[in-house]
Amino acid sequence: MKLDTTGLESALPLFGANCQMVDGFTAAPAFELPTTLDFDGFQKEAIQMVKPAKGTTTLAFIFKEGVMVAADSRASMGGYISSQSVKKIIEINPYMLGTMAGGAADCQFWHRNLGIKCRLHELANKRRISVTGASKLLANILYSYRGMGLSVGTMIAGWDETGPGLYYVDSEGGRLKGPRFSVGSGSPYAYGVLDSGYRYDMSIEEAAELARRAIYHATFRDGASGGVASVYHVGPNGWKKLSGDDVGELHYKYYPVTPSTVEQEMVEVSAA
Amino acid sequence: MARYDRAITVFSPDGHLFQVEYALEAVRKGNAAVGVRGTDTVVLGVEKKSAAKLQDSRSVRKIVNLDNHIALACAGLKADARVLINRARIECQSHRLTVEDPVTVEYITRYIAGLQQKYTQSGGVRPFGLSTLIIGFDPYTGVPSLYQTDPSGTFSAWKANATGRNSNSIREFLEKNYKETSGQETIKLAIRALLEVVESGGKNIEVAVMTKDQGLRQLEESEIDGIVAEIEAEKAAAEAAKKGPARDA
Repeated sequence: MKLDTTGLESALPLFGANCQMVDGFTAAPAFELPTTLDFDGFQKEAIQMVKPAKGTTTLAFIFKEGVMVAADSRASMGGYISSQSVKKIIEINPYMLGTMAGGAADCQFWHRNLGIKCRLHELANKRRISVTGASKLLANILYSYRGMGLSVGTMIAGWDETGPGLYYVDSEGGRLKGPRFSVGSGSPYAYGVLDSGYRYDMSIEEAAELARRAIYHATFRDGASGGVASVYHVGPNGWKKLSGDDVGELHYKYYPVTPSTVEQEMVEVSAA
Repeated sequence: MARYDRAITVFSPDGHLFQVEYALEAVRKGNAAVGVRGTDTVVLGVEKKSAAKLQDSRSVRKIVNLDNHIALACAGLKADARVLINRARIECQSHRLTVEDPVTVEYITRYIAGLQQKYTQSGGVRPFGLSTLIIGFDPYTGVPSLYQTDPSGTFSAWKANATGRNSNSIREFLEKNYKETSGQETIKLAIRALLEVVESGGKNIEVAVMTKDQGLRQLEESEIDGIVAEIEAEKAAAEAAKKGPARDA
């Protein structure tokens, strides 16, 4: 995010492009625009081509003991379920997690890139980057690619000097700070369960069960979500994976099969 | 030797970068500046050449803010200082914008030093002719720091340091008399150090004090005069004490 310094600099034009190096890790790489007569139309087409419905359910919320992060693991291409075992919670570094919704490649690549930038920040400044800073780095990069077809709807969750932090960042360039978020096609269902069951002072087990249940209910009703419900907890010492349960099994745990009395039974009809 | 000081991108046969050394000369001709770090206070003091009668002295502030919690004083070419300070101020705000946090003193010092180094390794430009003293408080831990940079682009942290004219004498004084101080004591130590090479009087010294809560505060001339008077009184008392017992014996 370069501020406009043209009004202040005078001696610099001698090596103008080098100014970028001074502020190294915030300059986003740029590439040439495609040669086409109708660039706006081209942009629209590109976006439509890659615009997935963000078929997924991810959620995260802050509570007394830190941040709880949960996600499903289904990847779908239209009506085809391409995988039931996608890792949608990305480990940026030992104390920060990112969730994946949207384009899998985009999320994975940019989260890894963010991990690199966080590490460089640590080395240069001898202290960990804050969740605020990390989410802002990602948001600035995504903003600079706005309109070019990236599809990323992610939450950055972590624990820094100021305590637990949770930010929602998307490829439109938006960045929101909040206590509870759910992203993806299954998010309305997850919000229903999450919002009605949420209390700030839950224990870790209670919060994990709430997160698990919210993901389960979303996978039950949303066709694009399913697979395994993973639950992670981010505490003062970093993140820890708490559970990964198949949602099919969770269904029978929440709604066990009860033997019911038979009202009518089919019997052999004696040949009349 | 004279052949190796045109284009600064070349070394001399015995490993010198002459332009950088000449820049250090320019610094040695500049006003004396001293910085002292205490436990809860950091002080900068700069020698003020007597202002011309018609000059508006408020426009020649020698100690400037880079941000709410960081200040800088320098010795050397003042015009170069202005450019460097502007770039540093922009970097402070740019950092706040991109990571939503204020810079640490070390970060901005590293930035300024990096800038100074860049100009020693590029064609067609000369190095900045100034050394800076940068003071500030860490925005997270509240720890005070004092850093110095020079035209070669090196920087390091100090408990107390001086640069500019007669900086060696001031540094010697500081080495002999430095101890951990706080509050008013730190200010006194800085002024005492500066008085080693400057004519005493509030109108020849500019002093600024930075505390964690109140940021940078420039001392009024009258305040400085008051402290100078205190220092003179202490000196006189120490002299008298030395002579006193001898007379009795």
